[in-house]
This record gives sequence, structure tokens and C-alpha cells, in this order.
Amino acid sequence: MKQRPTFLITALCFGFAFLYVPILSMIAFSFNNSRLATVWGGFSTKWYGKLLSNDKIIDAAILSLKIALVSATVATILGTMAGITLARFRRFRGRTVLSGLVTAPLIMPEVITGISMLIFFILIATMIEKLTGLRTQRGFTTVTLAHITFSLTFVTTIIQSRLLSADISVEEAALDLGSRPWQVMKDITLPIISPAILSGWLLAFTISLDDVVITNFTTGPGATTLPILIWSKVKLGVTPDINALATITVSIVTIGVIFAGIAMNRAERRRDLDAQMAFRSNQ
Amino acid sequence: MTETATSQKTAASSAPFIRIENVSKSFGSFKAVDSVSLAIKKGEIFALLGGSGCGKTTLLRMLAGFETPTTGKIFIDGQDMTNIPAYERPVNMMFQSYALFPHMSVEKNIAYGLKHEKMTDAQRKDRVREMLDLVQLSQFGHRKPHQISGGQRQRVALARALARAPKLLLLDEPLAALDKKLREHTQFELMNIQHKTGVTFVVVTHDQEEAMILSDRMAVMDKGQVKQVGAPTEVYEYPNSKFVAGFIGSINFAEGKVAAVNGDMAEIDLPSMGGRFTACSIPGLEAGKDITLAIRPEKIAISRENPGTKNAVQGVVNDLGYLGKDSLYKVQLPSGMIVSVNLVNARRVGEYDRLAVWEDKVWLSFEPGSPILLTN
Repeated sequence: MKQRPTFLITALCFGFAFLYVPILSMIAFSFNNSRLATVWGGFSTKWYGKLLSNDKIIDAAILSLKIALVSATVATILGTMAGITLARFRRFRGRTVLSGLVTAPLIMPEVITGISMLIFFILIATMIEKLTGLRTQRGFTTVTLAHITFSLTFVTTIIQSRLLSADISVEEAALDLGSRPWQVMKDITLPIISPAILSGWLLAFTISLDDVVITNFTTGPGATTLPILIWSKVKLGVTPDINALATITVSIVTIGVIFAGIAMNRAERRRDLDAQMAFRSNQ
Repeated sequence: MTETATSQKTAASSAPFIRIENVSKSFGSFKAVDSVSLAIKKGEIFALLGGSGCGKTTLLRMLAGFETPTTGKIFIDGQDMTNIPAYERPVNMMFQSYALFPHMSVEKNIAYGLKHEKMTDAQRKDRVREMLDLVQLSQFGHRKPHQISGGQRQRVALARALARAPKLLLLDEPLAALDKKLREHTQFELMNIQHKTGVTFVVVTHDQEEAMILSDRMAVMDKGQVKQVGAPTEVYEYPNSKFVAGFIGSINFAEGKVAAVNGDMAEIDLPSMGGRFTACSIPGLEAGKDITLAIRPEKIAISRENPGTKNAVQGVVNDLGYLGKDSLYKVQLPSGMIVSVNLVNARRVGEYDRLAVWEDKVWLSFEPGSPILLTN
């Protein structure tokens, strides 16, 4: 413990510095009194006040959350179904096509996905106008649909790999004990993959929340999500209220991570206790 | 053990309870099970024994309903099972991995199959209690599977499979995951439980000792085919082929020709063992026929002095293994053939007062009734 090589310590310091100095400086400047984002003008919380009274930002945040909630939920339902199908039904017509289609957005550049979606939505809008005479605008619906499309990929992959590594005989045992296939799904498969479903949902939620590229292509004049708003504001120079917004986001994430860490720690301690119990009961 | 074994045999009635008729199963071009026909009696423990890839597990899965035979039919208690799905068969299975539901307590695991039965909650509770008592896990009902030991998990799996009182219980390598001591104990417990419940057991195993201890009858399988069916003693003492003789236990083979048949004795020339030997004859034997003589290591006597009997041959100790309860001698005959001989260490021996050590000359001999004659 005494002699730590200086090289390792230096490397560690640089590593942490690259990771956290930008974030810390951003947090510091969010309390800056000056208008200029990079010149220190004394301590103040005025940017937080400005932020909260800025309806545009609040509206954008709410819209982002709404889109993330809806798209993550729909993507999780569809992705779970696709994942189960791909993992548990080995041979059926169109299996290769389905697995290819599901993973395509994963390797497609986002710009391409965005452009193709835009063209698709324009086509649909023209068709609707021709058929019903209604003029539709891109906005919440189109962005949500686009988000579902690409987050579906991630959920499917997570569920599929979880099922492939799971012991299939557990499902067979339920079948053997008299449950029909749909009961096995409800009683055994879904509970076993529920952690994967949850992490799939969380991943879909996060991806949707911070997406800029695809959202930019598929959104309309009325619907500005938070990342788009920040993006357009930053184009005119970084202002301290953006720093304040980012600080709030970082705080929420940090609190979340801390709670998750505590929960995981507890679960691990419980597992240790269980193992001890199993060992003792064996004596 | 003998007591349970005999009472099991009386419990087994003679009418075939499970009939497997000419069943084959192919996966693509690979034939996993090749025209197997078996008749299993009610209340017996029947073992399917074979190496990996011999088709025993596929056959078991067809009995459970997880695979459908490519050709052939399976009858259980007179009912054609061929097109009945797993969840409607009066069959339950104990999986090799136990396949306990990780998110349910021991009690819920055992009760799972009962929710499809028409019974009141109280009856269901009683049944779970009964099963927990049967496998001696009454205090562990509320534990989750990961909170109990491997041996206890095995018993939970057994209790769960027996809870619905199936007509047939399938056991896939039931003892493979247990350590040696626990395995010996569990073997007898399994037999006890089978005896108490009277359910017909079909056990798949690659472990010949397990098959011999557990089963009333067994089928030895190889490359998808059944090679021999019979009681363990029958299969061990009277194997019908070189494969079965070599698969069960260890054995010495010597090729030769029948010289003469005198009543129920046969004279056999075995060049590899350097001479003429006498063995009990088998039906259909005649002079001049090619024959394989097979003899188990424990049926050969080993001595320093010439025993002066028939069927004696001299050799040199080539290798020697001390296994505790017995010693294994590898004796090289003048012809070059190496014969394995087992000698039970009936009395305590020191390092330097063994019967024979390396390079010692010894005599090997056997009774005419000991060797097995194989014509194929």
C-alpha cells in the first residue's frame, strides 16, 4: 500500500480530471453572476430563477419526458414480444427478415434513419391530405414514432440475449406441470426476464430523452424537445441558464445513481446472507 | 437395500404400462433415436443407460412430450400419447438442472402444478405439506431456491414432480449434480420414495453404477438404438454383445475359435492367451466357430503358486494400482496381451508385503463358469 507508482496516480488524476472537471466547471458557472458564461462575476442563483420562469424550457422538458415515456413504453412492449419470438421460436417463415429488420437501426447511421423517416412522414402526410383533406403537421406523434422505431432495437436485443442465456428447462418444467404456453409466459418467462424488461425500458427512455439527430428530422414547428432547444440556444452562445439546466440534470442523474448503488449493495448483502443460510441448512 | 429391491419387484406387475413402439427421431439428417421399442412395467424403476449422444435424453423428452417422434408411437397406460402435448400428459419430469422457478418459494414451486388440478385450497395446502414431509423439507417451505443447498434443491424438484401424482416420473440424470457422498445417500432415498409412492420411474443416466443400484431393469443404448434390456445382474453377467460387455464395468476380451463342445462345456483355443481354455457353453456353439471370450477382472484369481487347475496361465505384473478396497493388477501374458485383474484387499496389507509387485511372475486362473462367450 505504501509505494504507489507515481505513473498510475498521475494517470488516475488525468482520467478523473477529463471526466469531471468539465462538469464541475459547468456547475460552478451555473452560479455565476455574470452574463458571460466563461467569466466569473461572483456567486448568484439568479439563473436558476430565470430557468424556472422560462416557459419555453419547462414546456420543452415536459414534452421530452412525455415522448420518452410513451416511446419507451411502446418500444418495451413491442421489443419484448420481438425478443421472445426471436429467442424462443427457432424456425418460422420470415425469421431472418424479422431479425434483420429489428437490428437494422442499430447499425444504420442516425442521419440516414432521420432522413428516411422524414421522407416517410411527408409521404404519409400527403396521403392523409389527399384522402381526408386534413393537413397534418409533424410533431409529438412523428417524433414518438421515430423514437419507438430505434429504441425497439435495443429492447429486443436485451430481451433476446437474456432469454438465450436463461435455462429453457425452467419453462419446460412449467409446461410439464400442466401450464399451457400462455400461462408459462405469464407465470415463468415474464417474471424471469422482468429485470431485462426494466433495463430495456430505462435504456429506451434515456435514448429518447437525449436524442437530437432523429428528433431534428422528424419534429415539426410546434414541438421542440429539450435537447433540440438546448442545441438551438447553444448555437447563439452558451448562456448561464443552460449551465443551470445542465446542473439540475446532472444532480438528478447523480441522485439516481447513488440510490441504485445503495439498492445494489443491499441486494448483494442479502445474497451473501442467503448463501450462508443455504450453507448452514446443509450442515 | 435388498428388502426394498425385492418388494419393488413384487410391486411391478407384469403388464406393460408404457409401450414405446418402433420410435425414431431425426434432427435433420441425424438420427438421434433409431427404431426403439420398449415395454416398461407399472411401478418399476427403469433406467436408460448410455454415453452422451446415445439418444437416451431424446427418448425421455419424447416421453415427456417436448419432442414428437418422427415415426412410431408411445402408449402410457393404454393411451396413445403421440399427439398429446406435454401439459396434458400424466407424466412429470425432474430436470437435470432441477429447473426450479427462481422467483417462487419452495412451497410455491411444489404447488405450481396443483393449480391446474381441481382441488380446494386446503387440499392443495395439505398436498404441499405431504410432499414436503416426503422429501424431509418441512422447515424449508418459505425459502427461495437459492437459499437452500444443492441436495435440498434436488429434493424440491422431486417433490414438485411428484405433487400431481403422475403415472410416470421421468428423471434426467437425477444425481449428476450431487457430490459422491450425497449421491450414495440420495440413491437409496429415491428408491424409498419410489417404493412409498408406487409411481413408475424412468431414469436417464450415463453412470452405470447409478443405473445398477437404482433400477429394476435397464436398457443400454448406443447410437440411438437399444442394445440390451434386462435386470442389472443380467446385463452385467450376461451381456449380449461386445459393446454392452465393454460399456458396463471393465472387462478383458480374447478372440479365439471353438475347439470342441462337450455337453455343457466348451473347449476354446485362445492364441492371445496362449492356449486352450474351458468355459460353460452357450446354445448354438459348435467346433470351428469364431468366438470372443470376455471375462471381468474380479472373476480372475491371482496367485504366486501354480493353482494346478484348468484355465491357468502365467504372466508378469506389468502395472499395479492400489484403490483401497481392492487392487488392480495389469498382468502381461507371454503373448503380449495385458489382462486386468481385481484383487479384493480382504486383509490389511503393508507397502512391502503385497501379493506381487512390478515384474513379479504370477498365475492367473478362472472358473469355467466365469467367462462370457460372445459369438458376434
